[in-house]
Amino acid sequence: MTVADPPAPFDPYHVGRGAAPHPARGHGGGGEADKRVVVAYGFWIFLLSDIVMFSAFFAAYAVLAGNTAGGPSGRDVFDLNNVALETACLLVSSFTCGMAAIATGARNKAAFHLMMAITCVLGATFVTLEFKEFVGLIQAGNGPSRSAFLSAFFALVGCHGGHVTVGLLWLLTMMAQVFAKGFRPEILRRILCFSLFWHALDIIWVALFTVVYLLGTRP
Amino acid sequence: MTEIHPHDPAAALDSAPGDERLDGTGVAQGVGGYLLGLVLAGGMTAASFYFAAGHLLWGPGMPAALIALAIAQMGVHLVFFLHITTGPESTNNVLALAFGVLIVFLLVTGTVIIMSTLNHNMPPMDQIMSMQR
Amino acid sequence: MLGKLSWAALPLNEPIPLAASAMMILGILGVVAWVVLKGWAPYLWREWITSVDHKRIGVMYCLLALVMLLRGFTDAIMMRSQQALAFHAAGYLPPDHYDQVFSAHGTIMIFFVAMPFVIGLMNFVVPLQLGVRDVAFPTLNSVSFWLTAVGVLLTNISLFVGEFARTGWLPYPPLSELRYSPGVGVDYWLWSLQISGVGTLMSGINLVVTILKMRAPGMTYLRMPMFCWTALASNLLIVAAFPILTATSAMLILDRYLGFHFFTNEAGGNMMMFMNLIWAWGHPEVYILILPAFGVFSEVISTFSSKPLFGYRSMVLATMCICILAFLVWLHHFFTMGAGGDINAFFGIMTMIIAVPTGVKVYNWLFTLFGGRIRFTSPVLWSIGFMVTFVIGGMTGVLMAVPPADFVLHNSLFLVAHFHNVIIGGVLFGAFAGYTYWFPKAFGFRLDEAWGKAAFWCWLVGFYVAFMPLYVLGFMGATRRLQHYDVAAWRPWFLAAAVGVGIILLGILCQVAQLAVSIRRRSQLADATGDPWDGRSLEWATASPPPKFNFAVMPDVSGEEPYWAIKESAFARGELRAEPHYEAIEMPRNTATGVVSAFFATLVGFAMIWHIWWMALLGLAGAFATFVAFAWRDRSQDLILADEVAVFDRANRAARARAVSGPRDYL
Repeated sequence: MTVADPPAPFDPYHVGRGAAPHPARGHGGGGEADKRVVVAYGFWIFLLSDIVMFSAFFAAYAVLAGNTAGGPSGRDVFDLNNVALETACLLVSSFTCGMAAIATGARNKAAFHLMMAITCVLGATFVTLEFKEFVGLIQAGNGPSRSAFLSAFFALVGCHGGHVTVGLLWLLTMMAQVFAKGFRPEILRRILCFSLFWHALDIIWVALFTVVYLLGTRP
Repeated sequence: MTEIHPHDPAAALDSAPGDERLDGTGVAQGVGGYLLGLVLAGGMTAASFYFAAGHLLWGPGMPAALIALAIAQMGVHLVFFLHITTGPESTNNVLALAFGVLIVFLLVTGTVIIMSTLNHNMPPMDQIMSMQR
Repeated sequence: MLGKLSWAALPLNEPIPLAASAMMILGILGVVAWVVLKGWAPYLWREWITSVDHKRIGVMYCLLALVMLLRGFTDAIMMRSQQALAFHAAGYLPPDHYDQVFSAHGTIMIFFVAMPFVIGLMNFVVPLQLGVRDVAFPTLNSVSFWLTAVGVLLTNISLFVGEFARTGWLPYPPLSELRYSPGVGVDYWLWSLQISGVGTLMSGINLVVTILKMRAPGMTYLRMPMFCWTALASNLLIVAAFPILTATSAMLILDRYLGFHFFTNEAGGNMMMFMNLIWAWGHPEVYILILPAFGVFSEVISTFSSKPLFGYRSMVLATMCICILAFLVWLHHFFTMGAGGDINAFFGIMTMIIAVPTGVKVYNWLFTLFGGRIRFTSPVLWSIGFMVTFVIGGMTGVLMAVPPADFVLHNSLFLVAHFHNVIIGGVLFGAFAGYTYWFPKAFGFRLDEAWGKAAFWCWLVGFYVAFMPLYVLGFMGATRRLQHYDVAAWRPWFLAAAVGVGIILLGILCQVAQLAVSIRRRSQLADATGDPWDGRSLEWATASPPPKFNFAVMPDVSGEEPYWAIKESAFARGELRAEPHYEAIEMPRNTATGVVSAFFATLVGFAMIWHIWWMALLGLAGAFATFVAFAWRDRSQDLILADEVAVFDRANRAARARAVSGPRDYL
């Protein structure tokens, strides 16, 4: 359903007043947007709400970071080598997730499953490394109930790790769905949403390791 | 997500977030984009860790550098992995992102500023401690 | 095995909760028995409980809100009567009960009356006004409703299993921490709101995407009805603000369950951060409530003045300004918490600035009325009552926006009077106006006007009699949440407030009578054409009630007020446009996903409250299984054949043809 625009000055964002209805579906002129666009946009809005939730935890961390109550501070307990390894895992997993997206575009099931499996392994490595870090801290008596700083740390980093874990569950479900049903339209939409989720988690991790680990341990 | 479309005028006018518009070369171009993103992001990550270890950068300038690198990395993710563009087909996506960033900014800076000033009207700590004795 | 749950959780030796629980349980059992014995259960399951139709879900939201209004109002009666009696006396409500009553009153009224009411209205109306068949994510819509219902269920369970929070409607630490609230009350609050908060967030996402990405062909942003603009702003606020509530409640949950120190007294926790974060949600929340009400008034005033809305573009601008400014004022809820003068001044000034776009809206409504042919139906009465009442409430708010004034008035009854002034005068009057205005669209018959007007006058007079004394009391130094007092000068005002609540009770009884009478007289009050009020927007182009698919053919929108233009030309010609070509329509299938995932959510919530860990894990597993089962279904849509569509549409066209060929008279 396209409406022909009369010849007009160059105005790609239609800032001019009284413009004819924009022919794009979803922009107002052309009726409902394509279902893929609607679903992905909805998930995009959800991701933004999730980022607002993370920012509340970030804000709490920023306020409480100095409240160590006589206990250890970040400098005392953070292991940057571990963090570097976790970061590498997550970043490469973002790349392999992108490869899985390309495989989906090319409708190549084998490549899709291979890339998703690698993404899963990298994500699971990340979660395991983080879990071991937490267990180590707790066993040394530096668990979240030791001080407000540690509470904020465990909650923020743990929230992210929890999201990665749920993401892994979703990843496996998507692999099962493609295996059972192939690349049907609704499954394609869900794969798109999953890759949005996975990349967003890596973006949040960038903020996390910078603010919590790097800024927390600078000499 | 990479959808290899034949040139479709209507489809070009409203982009799903995460969808990449490839014309022609398909898979190779797609992989190239992700690879470039990986290299850039990886390089900036390595730089962050390097600077944070105290090398090369003047100490007081470090937070600014790390934050700049973090923002740049997020930009790399948005462009190379999430395929966010500035064209008119992506306007809704960019606006939504901007709204989210605004709220995050208001919440975090607002909280930090407010919480740091809440003891503004309190007497100095040593006066409080002497009242305790 | 059952965590903290034991027989001691039942209020067997506390007469008031025992009586209340008994009444509630008998009432619920009575309704269930009546439904089952009448044979309506299969119909209800098929057509309502598993429905993904936005119209049905909207009606259920509003029904939930009205039922919970009765519970919240009962709490209000208890509070007013206690305070009327408790002068140099103990009254009849012991303090720990009184504390639960005012906490439950606030929580229920905000989260389970006001929110569901506005979300229900938006759900029902927005797709119809946009000219589309449903919201963006119909099944998610059903899940959202049922998760809200879970919050209602858990809060009501607290009446007879355990206790509710005693901390007020926002559980401030350190009182809400485990050390000072060791019971399950605060946990009931936390889990009810976490679960229903997920539902609300999903609903916000749903409506934002619907408004931005799904509109009839030709409906540009500036051709959307005003109600859709305010719905957009309100849902953007939901998406932006509710995650903050989720995070803050999660922090309190972590403190209480796992010994974290976000808000504790010891180990470095910062109690004031709770106030900061919760009000960063709380202030946008009140705009979430009021913006849809503003939208209702825009629709009602324009329709019943027979004029287009005055200053449409300035209304849009004002609405979006309110949306952004809502995030710049939250400190005015804790001016007295210790920030310095400059911080207080900034937020005080921003709070005053946010009154400006609202003022723009009020003037636009007045100018819409001016020069119009006004029909004084009950929705218009609610609107005029709103304009007077809300402006008074807004002015008292601007008074308290001045930090030095707030230092005197913070947490006094003046504050209580202010927020009831704006919420009742704004949100509730708007909800009632919308309820009356769109009732015929939803059910095919109008509400009785006489009872409606009686209800309005009782509410209006009752509100003023109940709450103006509270302003006086606030100036006299009375604080909020007093279980008893001994200042003689306050007594007459408390008594007056109790009388006011009695008048409001009459108003509610009028509304109950209105509904009963309207149902009995529904054939006389029937809405044959689908357009009982001479409406201007697209929802009035459908039958009453609309078919599942809303529009037989997608409308083509060529200007503002699309339906009005069509109607004018039809009346001018004396006949309708030619019959359209009917095609088969695909609609999403009904599914039990919503109600089943709500069942598991209830398990999780109840189990977490009572520390029954195995049940919580079971609930989570069940919820995940439900999600996977939904993802695995092969058929997601039903086909409605072209002939079926034709039958429905032709019946409505016949009724409209009769109306169009005759004189043009409306109520």
